Amino acid sequence: MSDNRIAVIDYGMGNLHSVASALEHVGPNAEVVITSDAEVIKAADRVIFPGVGAIRDCMAEIRRLNFDQLMPEVIASGKPVLGICVGMQALMNRSAENGGVDCIGQLDGEVKFFGNELRGTDGELLKVPHMGWNQVVQTSDHPLWKGIEDGSRFYFVHSYYVSAANPKEVVGRCDYGLPFDVALSHNNLFAVQFHPEKSHTSGLQLLKNFVEWDGKA
Amino acid sequence: MGLAKRIIPCLDVDNGRVVKGVNFVGIRDAGDPVEVAKRYNEQGADEITFLDITATHEGRDTTVHTVEQIASEVFIPLTVGGGIRTIEDIRIMLNAGADKVSINSAAVHNPDFVREASERFGAQCIVVAIDAKRVSEEGEEPRWEIFTHGGRKPTGIDAVAWAKKMADYGAGEILLTSMDRDGTKNGFDLGVTRAISDAVPVPVIASGGVGNLQHLVDGVKAGRADAVLAASIFHFGEHSVPQAKQFMQDQGVEVRL
Repeated sequence: MSDNRIAVIDYGMGNLHSVASALEHVGPNAEVVITSDAEVIKAADRVIFPGVGAIRDCMAEIRRLNFDQLMPEVIASGKPVLGICVGMQALMNRSAENGGVDCIGQLDGEVKFFGNELRGTDGELLKVPHMGWNQVVQTSDHPLWKGIEDGSRFYFVHSYYVSAANPKEVVGRCDYGLPFDVALSHNNLFAVQFHPEKSHTSGLQLLKNFVEWDGKA
Repeated sequence: MGLAKRIIPCLDVDNGRVVKGVNFVGIRDAGDPVEVAKRYNEQGADEITFLDITATHEGRDTTVHTVEQIASEVFIPLTVGGGIRTIEDIRIMLNAGADKVSINSAAVHNPDFVREASERFGAQCIVVAIDAKRVSEEGEEPRWEIFTHGGRKPTGIDAVAWAKKMADYGAGEILLTSMDRDGTKNGFDLGVTRAISDAVPVPVIASGGVGNLQHLVDGVKAGRADAVLAASIFHFGEHSVPQAKQFMQDQGVEVRL
């Protein structure tokens, strides 16, 4: 059995094979399992908390599977945890999507809508969802940024964005009509709005860093 | 600094091989889809679109297998289209590793399918493909309609109104192909691209007619497309993705280099 078991948490929202195959690609010695079994998740050396789709449906499944209880426990255990996209949003206090949904609250802050009147630097109306490759400014050093140039582009697809309450937890920011937080760090927890598994070399480097991370910021 | 305009090589796949009709005559073989996808990934393509034009059921199974292979080796977004008619078709492609599916004729036959798919899987993975053809005469106010069956069958539906409706129904993106330009290498139909891009709140991918790198710039600047899709200029080695990106950047278009 591998001494680097990575649990990709499955709560029925979206395809997790991309995340799993990207992890296998960067961590040939890691054992990657897609699972919704709490015991497997607790026994893993690292945990990925992904998510796509609407927050109300995600939170409903997360609650049904008691992952709203499990995640704080997993995070408190000190093992490296990576939240991706809606997985990141679900770890915040609350989201404005679907008329307002309470989330897990492991990171302080809110999830807000880009709005229908989002404008770029030349006053042009910006499309929502924010879809495609945008530059991420690394606002502080972190082991997960190792080997990734500041300002590298990552792949995003989202209509809601994170506004963190604690500036100390913000390690990456992006701009799309307005500045917003795209990478948060709190001890052994790291969370990103973009999709590292779809972000080519920069994304694979971040996943490689995660696979090798000791969980210390 | 901001969001980059995307360059999307498109793989038209028939029975497990990449093909491309040139000027509507004959089909040229452009290789094994997995190898072609890997090459574009290495070249720095921003996404890959895989359009299955296989007619038979046996061929469809090959497609699922090919998508699985591409998804396990290519770590950029992958859109799969062609013959997506049911929720089950979407589920199979997403499970095989597609990030988005592109719905075309099925949306025309049953617009509620788009709403249902979007509610089920999220707007981020639902692309609605629109095949538009100009129906107005020279000198008239330009007007485009939706055609199905590879541009052969008119529907009488106005293309701009249709795009708005599809965005409303939950399409996360519009893949717009000009049937007048597809295969001609004369450039995108910038009129319909601009009209639809200005009309919908979601990103628009321009497709059909790319013959040189200036056409890509025109699609973004004059057509206001968020992404440009091309096949033959890349398949047959006329241009590489890095060349296209450098050219676009030199013309003031923000790209991921």
